[in-house]
Amino acid sequence: MKAPIKWLNQYVDIKLAPQVIANKLTMAGIETQNIDPSSGKWADIFIGEVTDIQLHPHADRLKLATINLGDEQVSVVCGAPNISTGQKVPFAKAGAQLVDAHTGKLVMLKPAKIRGVASNGMVCSEKELGISDQHEGIMILPPDAPIGTPLSTYLGNTILDLDVTPNRSDCLSMIGIAREIAALTGEKLHLPEVHYKETDPDINSFISIDIEDPTLCPRYCASLVTDITIGPSPDWLQQRLASYGMKPINNIVDISNYVMLEYGQPLHTFDYHKISGKQIIIRRAKDKEALTTLDGAEHTLTPNILVIADSEGPIAIGGIMGGLRTEITEKSTSILLESANFNRAIIRQGCTQLNLQSEASTRFDKGLSPGLPLIALQRAIQLLVNLAGGKAHKGIIDIQPEKVMPNCLSISPQELKRIGGFEVAPKEMLKALRSLGFECQKNTANSRILITTPYWRSDINCVADIIEEILRIIGYDKIPRASLSSSLPRRETSEMLNLKQKLRSIMTSCGCHEILTYSLISREKIEKLSPSLEQDVAPMKIANPMSREQEYLRTSLQPGLLSTMAYNQKNYESGIRIFEIGKIFLPHADATAPDSKSLPEEKEMLCFGLSGPRQELSWHNNSGMLDFFDAKGIVENLLSQLKLHASFEPCKDKNLFPGRSASIIVNGDKIGIIGDLHPRVTQEFDLSSSACLAEIDIDKLLDKKTSAAAYNSIFRFPSITRDLALVIDKDIDYQRADKIIRGFPLVTTVTLFDIYEGKQIPQGKKSLALRIVYQSADRTLTDAEANQIEQQILHQLDQELGAKLRS
Amino acid sequence: MAKRLVDLRAEAVEELVKINNIKDLDSWKIRFLGKKSKLAQILHSLAKLPIEERREVGAQANKVKMALESSLAEKRNTLQEASLLSSLQQDKLDVTLPGRPVSSGHIHPITQTLEEISDILRNMGFQIVEGPDVEWDYYNFEALNIPQWHPARDMFASLWIDTSGKDSRLLRTHTSPTQIRVMEKTRPPIRVIAPGRVYRYEATDATHESMFYQIEGLAIDKNVTMANLKDTLFELCYSLFGKEIRIRFRCDYFPFVEPGVEVAIECLSCHGSGCRICNYSGWLEILGAGMVHPDVLRRANINPDIYSGFAFGLGIERIPMLRYGVDDIRLFYRNDLRFLQQF
Repeated sequence: MKAPIKWLNQYVDIKLAPQVIANKLTMAGIETQNIDPSSGKWADIFIGEVTDIQLHPHADRLKLATINLGDEQVSVVCGAPNISTGQKVPFAKAGAQLVDAHTGKLVMLKPAKIRGVASNGMVCSEKELGISDQHEGIMILPPDAPIGTPLSTYLGNTILDLDVTPNRSDCLSMIGIAREIAALTGEKLHLPEVHYKETDPDINSFISIDIEDPTLCPRYCASLVTDITIGPSPDWLQQRLASYGMKPINNIVDISNYVMLEYGQPLHTFDYHKISGKQIIIRRAKDKEALTTLDGAEHTLTPNILVIADSEGPIAIGGIMGGLRTEITEKSTSILLESANFNRAIIRQGCTQLNLQSEASTRFDKGLSPGLPLIALQRAIQLLVNLAGGKAHKGIIDIQPEKVMPNCLSISPQELKRIGGFEVAPKEMLKALRSLGFECQKNTANSRILITTPYWRSDINCVADIIEEILRIIGYDKIPRASLSSSLPRRETSEMLNLKQKLRSIMTSCGCHEILTYSLISREKIEKLSPSLEQDVAPMKIANPMSREQEYLRTSLQPGLLSTMAYNQKNYESGIRIFEIGKIFLPHADATAPDSKSLPEEKEMLCFGLSGPRQELSWHNNSGMLDFFDAKGIVENLLSQLKLHASFEPCKDKNLFPGRSASIIVNGDKIGIIGDLHPRVTQEFDLSSSACLAEIDIDKLLDKKTSAAAYNSIFRFPSITRDLALVIDKDIDYQRADKIIRGFPLVTTVTLFDIYEGKQIPQGKKSLALRIVYQSADRTLTDAEANQIEQQILHQLDQELGAKLRS
Repeated sequence: MAKRLVDLRAEAVEELVKINNIKDLDSWKIRFLGKKSKLAQILHSLAKLPIEERREVGAQANKVKMALESSLAEKRNTLQEASLLSSLQQDKLDVTLPGRPVSSGHIHPITQTLEEISDILRNMGFQIVEGPDVEWDYYNFEALNIPQWHPARDMFASLWIDTSGKDSRLLRTHTSPTQIRVMEKTRPPIRVIAPGRVYRYEATDATHESMFYQIEGLAIDKNVTMANLKDTLFELCYSLFGKEIRIRFRCDYFPFVEPGVEVAIECLSCHGSGCRICNYSGWLEILGAGMVHPDVLRRANINPDIYSGFAFGLGIERIPMLRYGVDDIRLFYRNDLRFLQQF
């Protein structure tokens, strides 16, 4: 909301500097910045007159305009469609600071040649001046604007730019803002004095009005003004509208806009003679009823939309936009003036459904006071009589089936202290409330203050609202600081949060970087991977996605991880080790039925991926590419830090390399998968080199997590270390041999330190070099004992796996 | 005899001076101090001498022996030091060569910020809870005083799973629904924070993302006041931005709190004089907050006449952006390792 200080000054004396006023408003709840056109931004901008227009010799859409600045004539290139001779326009000389219409940034205007023709300045749009977002054409000033005068002198002084919160619809008006300023500065408010002469006959002999559903239209006021002369508004009115950023049109439209800006109450004007049947009905639209609005758009309506209708059909969409059929034209002489209150829900619904918004609807959908329509209507009649030569017919039709009673509340100083945390004297409370127009009475018996809220503050409904009013007028900076002293809740630690934090630290200690990818992904990316981890439920779809890229809730972390890997492979030379800890979203199986709604299961997962060289390029030995066993090492390390032991069983997963993928099993339960990527997936994700990944279900990990395992004492007695080389069939998994050896008593560690296949051993065989450590808890082992166990181990390996000692 | 001893000593010393390695020193020892050395022979022959002479020569011979042994020890010492020095000189490294690379990972800057804020608030007695990303309209809006028709819905452009109906599902637009879920389950005293992802129907650019992180805070008990809220948020800002930072605590509007609060800190870039980063206001908005609206408490069966509480919510991305001068929010989710490695 833009509020020129010059305009506000009509209702309240503003003695403080604009930035002080802006700061007070900001602190009290309405964030305000002041636009100060005279201080730099509007320097070098003057009022000029368009005296001549020629076509640009080299461009069809451009024109050459001559601008009279009083003491000089300037020629400029202009592309605006609405420029014509005789107009008064804002003209920026080179060096002026203007808003770039495309970037919104302030730029300095430089002299330029446009398509070979010199242009010594620029005719500006409202957007370029920073007045509004209007950029469809140049800004046109009232005809009496004095040529050669600085624009800042003419349009006035500083403008306040207020970001009005949705609860304060009363501040979408000059008077509303003036009220705030009066309360914050202690100045008096002056409201316009409204009086005008009425003529016979009474309005009721011209029209009848009926509200079908008062919940949708709690109040409807109308009056009739005849014998009006349509023409331009007086200059002061045009200037006011222009300073707000609104284009003056004619006296009738300008007056209704002016009153809307002054009081915040939108008005509508109908050409009385175009209303059929001398009647107006406020009702829901009938299904498929049609209406063409003032902007020329044709709408097909439904009962969700409120219309103003005559005997023929709809003539306006209530509170949103008028209809073309009853539009005021230059020939209109009698107007029916509407000032009504509409239900904000139906306005909002109508705007959404018709995809239509207006200055009126943005006010109505915030909820306006039912006290406003009559006051604003009378002000409009006054202006129509005074400025458009109209005759106001006697009486006002005012239909308000349910009178709104003022809201009565009460508050005690104790209640204020209980929420505010400090004492405020009752005198201060009264002063703050009264400054805002609240009627207050102090009950001396119980020291409560009885409050009647003013009609324009329909946002005040409970004691908490009153507390905020008092505190914001006194100032939030008066609130002291006091540390929370309430009793602490029983401390419960979230196992899941702790586990996630621990996993993050383990993963980074393994050299992996944490990534965070979007929860929403494209269908395309999902389809690059077939469902893994036993899911066959369709992912959840967003009904109104921003883009195809973000349409489905992820059911796996893999697509995000692999896309990130592909992106980094293009830019990053070293090895890539990345992981993500995050939620996946699994719809419940029954969610496919259209009427059974439930929230998806949100599962915490860990996914990591490796690709590229194992070590950064350096002068030290380089040791090849990251592979399956790097990934497996990370999983083993991770589980061992959680005091869990995993086994790995070869598995089939559509996205992983067959024969190079495994299920991760903990306590007999599959908690995840690990493997090299299937070449198809590598290609689908546009990965430049192979990669391996693992995905682990953190919820399952949490289930398996045990408290610290028992401590193993460190043996005092010396151990015996033996190395063995076994020759075994190539296809036999190492894990089988390992399991046999570990099954023997006194074996404390088994380490595989070499695998060999080649010339030295028969084809189809591999040689495993193992180091076995034997140790006893209660005595020193003898060589004989170690030899005996070794013989038994070799015997069993031979029996079960056909393994022989390498000769 | 005495003359022989003098000569012997002179010869031994002369030889010793020429020696420059341990091996020669060892043979010198055998030659002059060994069992078959001249000195040993002299000592051996003492027994044959008359008693007078025996005492005199014996004393002299012993003196020579001690002198030679001492010279030997000294020489050995010198030689060892020289050999150590030479090996130290030979075994030197080019210490300017780069070290062996150690690969260690980095935690994402957003996670780091979340953890930092969580730690600060945990120390103030707040416990961490989590809520779902996919929510019911009820928790995201209705229960927070934002019914279907409410204009505040414009502040939260939403991504919907269902397009119509009262029990619609959506991606939560803020972490505030977690407030309701906690209040429904727990009786006061309550002191929790809820970090998490939130989603908006919003075109992305350098300062807007359709997905970002928030932390929600909620404290409810008897006698929780705005003074407590102010103190908690000031402490949080001081911990995050330093004790010197100027803080603005102003009235603002959020449907689920009353009175409402917004907290801004002085612009870290221009320190209040106004620049592009703070949109020429001098302030950076950091937090929305307020006293929990009595209707919200009532809906969760907490009696607002007995209990009061405050709630606050802050966006996470803003903080590392301000601290490190990150000028594009999208960098956080592009996951370029060249970016992530800097944190």
